[in-house]
Amino acid sequence: MCDACGCGDSELVPVAVHERILATNDRTAQHNREHFHDHHVTVINLMGSPGSGKTAVLEATARALSGGSKLGVLVGDLATDHDAQRVRKAGIVAEAITTGSACHLDADMVHKGLHRLPWRSFEYLFIENVGNLVCPAVYDLGQDVNVVALSVTEGEDKPLKYPIIFRKADLVLLTKVDLLPALPQVQVERIEENLSLVMPKPVMIPVSATTGVGIDQWIRWLKGVNIPRGAACAIGAPSW
Amino acid sequence: MHEYSIVQAMFDRIDQVARERRATAVRRVAVRIGRAAGLDVSLFRSAFELFRIRTICDGARLDVEEVAARWICPVGHGALPEGQPLVCEVCGRPARLEAGDEITLMKLDLEVA
Repeated sequence: MCDACGCGDSELVPVAVHERILATNDRTAQHNREHFHDHHVTVINLMGSPGSGKTAVLEATARALSGGSKLGVLVGDLATDHDAQRVRKAGIVAEAITTGSACHLDADMVHKGLHRLPWRSFEYLFIENVGNLVCPAVYDLGQDVNVVALSVTEGEDKPLKYPIIFRKADLVLLTKVDLLPALPQVQVERIEENLSLVMPKPVMIPVSATTGVGIDQWIRWLKGVNIPRGAACAIGAPSW
Repeated sequence: MHEYSIVQAMFDRIDQVARERRATAVRRVAVRIGRAAGLDVSLFRSAFELFRIRTICDGARLDVEEVAARWICPVGHGALPEGQPLVCEVCGRPARLEAGDEITLMKLDLEVA
């Protein structure tokens, strides 16, 4: 009430908040991260356009690590669990998070997805995000690293068109390089140049899930990811 | 279209602040959005217009302060020129984004009875 004269009018009160709008998501993500580190699980947020080859990368990773490290995958998909079924066939424990109309995963969806997965026994947990180069970049999920799959057919200027997701990437996997002979106009060096304009520490590994090219290098990078606060690790691995 | 879920998260927070302060209405919502934060400001505004109807923010004005992206050398060699690789030209260290990543609820003007 107006204190000056007691007239009963309401009073306008300015309140400083100064808080990230996604603070609740950030707290849930941190909670996820603490769980993961407590159980020594390395978590990879795998992002990329629809059709960029994210699921094929997971299949190739499972083949390369078969009999070794234990993998699990949480797959974000708008409407189906097709991708989850695909990676299960490759021998990976997988659960789908069907987001409905949501164009990204958030930390709470991941937290709920974990309840359906024996994640504590994994060495690596991949979170295959919804195919989208815009929205997933904004949400922390509790991951240790961000990996973006970019296929050679998507155009050399993709990093310039979607700078945020590449800025947040610790690694870019240039996928489907077996198709390069059919794409004479695509220059890998040009893609690298464009990445250097949007990534402070550009790291790119060309791979083909079909021929297996580059998969060894990708596995070495993956094994170089140290948690929770990795010391300096192998060349090409991220530093935090 | 994550602007809609971000605005929804903002409304949840505004509700909480308004309840704590026993506000009867919100008159102004001030946010700061960086140009490198991955948000489309016009979509953010349209989501706000849609969501505020019949909430405590029904009569609220939205003020958006946009912040330019600024990359700097991490050890003090200054700002990087635009359109260049994101490494310091002097020392070669990877640049750091000093400003432009903000998605921040700055201030509310509340009507308190």
